[in-house]
Amino acid sequence: MKIADVFQETYFSLSANKARSGLTILGIVIGIGSVIAMVSIGQGAQGSIQSSIQSIGSNLIMVTPGAQRGGGFQVSGARGSARTLTQADADAIAKEITDAKAVAPELSGRYQVTSRGKNTNTSIVGATAAYPAVRNIEAEAGSFISDQNIKSLSKVAVLGPTTRDDLFGEGIEVAGQTIRIRGMEFKVVGVTKSKGGTGFGSQDDMIFIPLTTAQRFLAGEQYVTTISVQAKDAESMTAIQQQITDLLLVRHKISDPQSADFSTLNQSDIVATASSITQTFTILLAAVAGISLLVGGIGIMNMMLTTVTERTKEIGLRKAIGAKRRDINLQFLTEAIALTLIGGIIGVMLGWLVSFAVTSLGLIQTKVSPSSVLLAFGVSAAIGIIFGYYPARRAAALNPIEALRYE
Amino acid sequence: MLEIKNITKTYKTGNIDFHALKNASFKIDDGEFVAIMGPSGSGKSTLMHILGCLDTPTGGAYFLDGKDVAKFSEDELADIRKNKIGFVFQSFNLMPRSTVLRNVILPLVYAEAEVEERTKKAEAALAAVGLDKGHFGNLSNQLSGGQIQRVAIARALVNNPKLILADEPTGNLDTKTGEIVLKTFEKLNTEQGKTIILITHENDVAAHARRIIRVKDGEITSDSKN
Repeated sequence: MKIADVFQETYFSLSANKARSGLTILGIVIGIGSVIAMVSIGQGAQGSIQSSIQSIGSNLIMVTPGAQRGGGFQVSGARGSARTLTQADADAIAKEITDAKAVAPELSGRYQVTSRGKNTNTSIVGATAAYPAVRNIEAEAGSFISDQNIKSLSKVAVLGPTTRDDLFGEGIEVAGQTIRIRGMEFKVVGVTKSKGGTGFGSQDDMIFIPLTTAQRFLAGEQYVTTISVQAKDAESMTAIQQQITDLLLVRHKISDPQSADFSTLNQSDIVATASSITQTFTILLAAVAGISLLVGGIGIMNMMLTTVTERTKEIGLRKAIGAKRRDINLQFLTEAIALTLIGGIIGVMLGWLVSFAVTSLGLIQTKVSPSSVLLAFGVSAAIGIIFGYYPARRAAALNPIEALRYE
Repeated sequence: MLEIKNITKTYKTGNIDFHALKNASFKIDDGEFVAIMGPSGSGKSTLMHILGCLDTPTGGAYFLDGKDVAKFSEDELADIRKNKIGFVFQSFNLMPRSTVLRNVILPLVYAEAEVEERTKKAEAALAAVGLDKGHFGNLSNQLSGGQIQRVAIARALVNNPKLILADEPTGNLDTKTGEIVLKTFEKLNTEQGKTIILITHENDVAAHARRIIRVKDGEITSDSKN
């Protein structure tokens, strides 16, 4: 049997029962479509989480008080609960670790903030002049905290854009206005640029005040809650992290690194952890979608088995006029593969559409990777072969005499 | 030329052996028109399956053009059926969703004939069985029984086999259309020199053949010129 004839036979038999072929194809369409859509959404989520981690700064090492908890992600509840890091620690890091490009200690806490009758509860960050450089923050209007503010314990505040909107309204010129934090008046000197991103560590919903002011008037103590250290490049991060640890152990007079009263967190560790989380999430989504693909495959098998039974007599006739086992096998296998490939093509388009819709609705920036499209085609062809194999073999193995007698 | 020598066929049903054919032997020359007659259960269908290379005998030898096909593999039998034998069935077995022309072309598909020649050959075969050109594009449910059976004969004929095996070809037809179909076989025999073997249980049908082989209980009881 020539290949062109196999295709023609496939076309005839699939178009002979359009409704059934269509429904079977639909099963594959849903399976492949959801795999494509889910993987693209998962990868989109991964991308957006990574970019939101990158937005907190580059080549960052964060030193926080509290016990080491081994590798992995730190539970941030420990932050600030222990009071072991001081301004002097930050100064020592800045002085002794020469590979550190900038050091920005901060003291943060949540306080009630009011302004002209509006009030909000937000994060107040006592920061130094080095903070914007380390944490990738830019001023949109006015200026950030200056060294002079630090020295003179000025009661000035820089608002994050979200906080500005909450307290004054969107797009209002706020420089020179006053806000009250714990009853104390602060003069607004600037607004930071929006960094986008919501929820996960949003840096738009914050108020920055001089670190010294925060220590004196809000916390009443000299400790800091985080020291952000920016390494000069990505390669030196691990070395700097180790140097900081060694330095602080000496300063805190701790001999056993296991019992350190602070912990250091490397930004690349956060990225790695977040990636592994989103990867698990992607795999989970893909697995759920994969199950629907499997169900679609079983649909193919079901249809092919029905077809073989229905066409038993025809198979008998084909054998009587000279069709070999191979010819019959090929014919039915091609039918199954054709069904899955058609379903695969439509499914890829559908998945693409869904991920496009998710992107245009502004939910997550998704991306359909060529590799997932290729994979989808491979998988759909494989499903055709796997689930078409048994029915085709059954058809091919039919005894022509019995097949011809079949009613 | 075909010859069977001491052919036996035994079916096992549980512990009981059923002997469908016992030591059947005969020889049919090219160009003969033979009827194999017998009541139902006589073994004539089994005989036809073996002659048609749809089945192999349990014992004995079957020489088709000098080759013993009794020991052939499934694929080799398929090749013989494709190249040397045309089948006509009682229940026609046309493909219901295909046109007349496509039904006749089907054996050429398996014979891998050139695409350009298929239609020409199929039209020639349909002309040989006397089917009107106007019906070539019809589906089988638009034809009468006699027309359907002539399409089936054309299908058996299209790959130019030496042997045509017809299993109760008039069984589902009335006497008048049956007569037309039988005349078609006679014409193919006399004009094209095809060897025709007709399986039937009716004397009227067998009367069209020039030689009658009678089978009963798996044995050949008579073999005579008509």
